[in-house]
Amino acid sequence: MKLTPEEVQKIADLARLELRPGEVEKYGEQLSNILSNIESLKKFQTDTIEPTAHAIEVPTPFRNDEVVLSDARELTLANAPEREGDLFKVAKVL
Amino acid sequence: MTYETIIGLEVHAQLLTASKIFCSCSTKFGASPNGNSCPVCLALPGVLPVLNKKVVEYAIRAGLATGCTIAKKSVFARKNYFYPDLPKGYQISQYELPICIGGKIDIAVNGEKKTIGLTRIHLEEDAGKLLHEHPTTRSKGASWVDLNRAGVPLIEIVSEPDLRSAEEAVAYLKTLRAILIYLEICDGNMEEGSLRCDANVSIRPVGEKKFGTRVEIKNMNSFRHIENAIHHEVRRQEEVLKEGGRVIQETRLWDSEKEITISMRSKEEANDYRYFPDPDLLPLLIDDSWINAVHQNLPELPEAKKARFMSQHQLSEIDAETLTSSKSLADYYEACVKIYGDAKKISNWILTELLRELNNSGEPIEQCKVKPDGLSGLLQLIDQGKISGKMAKAVFLDMVKTGESAKDLVAKQGLSQVSDASTLEPIIDKIIIANPNEAERYRQGNEKLIAFFVGQVMKETQGKGNPALVNEILKRKLKP
Ligand SMILES: [Zn+2]
Repeated sequence: MKLTPEEVQKIADLARLELRPGEVEKYGEQLSNILSNIESLKKFQTDTIEPTAHAIEVPTPFRNDEVVLSDARELTLANAPEREGDLFKVAKVL
Repeated sequence: MTYETIIGLEVHAQLLTASKIFCSCSTKFGASPNGNSCPVCLALPGVLPVLNKKVVEYAIRAGLATGCTIAKKSVFARKNYFYPDLPKGYQISQYELPICIGGKIDIAVNGEKKTIGLTRIHLEEDAGKLLHEHPTTRSKGASWVDLNRAGVPLIEIVSEPDLRSAEEAVAYLKTLRAILIYLEICDGNMEEGSLRCDANVSIRPVGEKKFGTRVEIKNMNSFRHIENAIHHEVRRQEEVLKEGGRVIQETRLWDSEKEITISMRSKEEANDYRYFPDPDLLPLLIDDSWINAVHQNLPELPEAKKARFMSQHQLSEIDAETLTSSKSLADYYEACVKIYGDAKKISNWILTELLRELNNSGEPIEQCKVKPDGLSGLLQLIDQGKISGKMAKAVFLDMVKTGESAKDLVAKQGLSQVSDASTLEPIIDKIIIANPNEAERYRQGNEKLIAFFVGQVMKETQGKGNPALVNEILKRKLKP
């Protein structure tokens, strides 16, 4: 499966990656190879097999609806590239 | 050419849990910025989300109340996109396998009934909140992010494209909102964003089977906005088609000040969300015993309450419908009936006097200063002959303003009705003597003149004469 340069560019846009000249071709080829490898799975007959996302069928555990004060504001804001007061400051949206 | 409007609604309802959907952070509205956030709702490396059981219970409630099938197995998926209010770079939602499938909601527009199909109800987490002005410095020119809302549980209720007008869309949303409030799973507050609605709107020539291109409208936070936005969008699409153009599939924002919809710059390059099952979360399995337990504890819903008011209290359908249109109004009414007894009289007072005052002030019934015991007390004064029905209406207005009891107001204003004949008789005698011509005409058969005499007595007693008694004495004394 060969990806077109437009498809490669779209994938890069969705992932917020900026590609330099030549990289569309370089990564395009690598991505195409990965897809071709995955493609080989198609030869297996899976019609009668239920799709699963996990290897073993275990139901999700639950927690009770209880509040634990995290007091993690500083931890949260420690990752802010820019902060103003207790808020993240980001480039103007809209 | 005439066009038909096709509308489907996506409604996001914030669930009334104490903690978030996958972590123990509080969901409280109005907490200080970013105070309700933790490594789990930000998906910092090494953390695992754990599902809040109450969230599932609430979604089952919503599904059962709207006739959905509850899925024995549903799966959480990641919806991937980048936006500053989304700390993880993905939103945990449900995609191929939602928790509730199918279902329906019955609506009525101008007395005409219609059933609107539901496609699905699924669980998801809310995003954070973007501010476009800093709350303390008031500076602009940037945006600010508060992640307190990130991870708050939502259900998204998706309707079939069964709605055919803005009026139907509003009726659907009002009905759905009432159900969610009755179920006690969402507070229904549209201004604070606990209930949000996006509309998919398209038009097609009447008779055409194929759907037209749909436009998604966002940012409508009141029933009024929704109605206006849909009307506006339909007109816009009609104009585009009439000029020979074609409608583009896009998202448009409602600008309630300018009353127009504005095209959003393609926020995410197409809707390419690359959904995939969340590897951190196992499938959600729900067994019959859980569903049955939720079913048994389902509160009485508007339709059932309405039917009960009609059969138990002999109310008309229209009265029962109005009283059950909101849970708080129905609760108020029932509390009054419990104290006072006469359902018909209570419902008349609520539907006329009380609702008129609430409409005028625009405040919800919870904030009304006249509580059920207050209204009941007023009606009891009428029954005891202490005040007339007319006086009661004036007293009621004062009760709404001051919150004082009817008894206190009547005493304070000296309003008490004159109900003893020995006080009224001398007054009436005097009036008959003062108006000999009218008295004579009455005796000759002009019985309408009784109203004239009642009016004179009321003037003399400053409206305090007991009307029934005044009538009785007058008729006796004027008898030929
Ligand atoms: Zn958290």
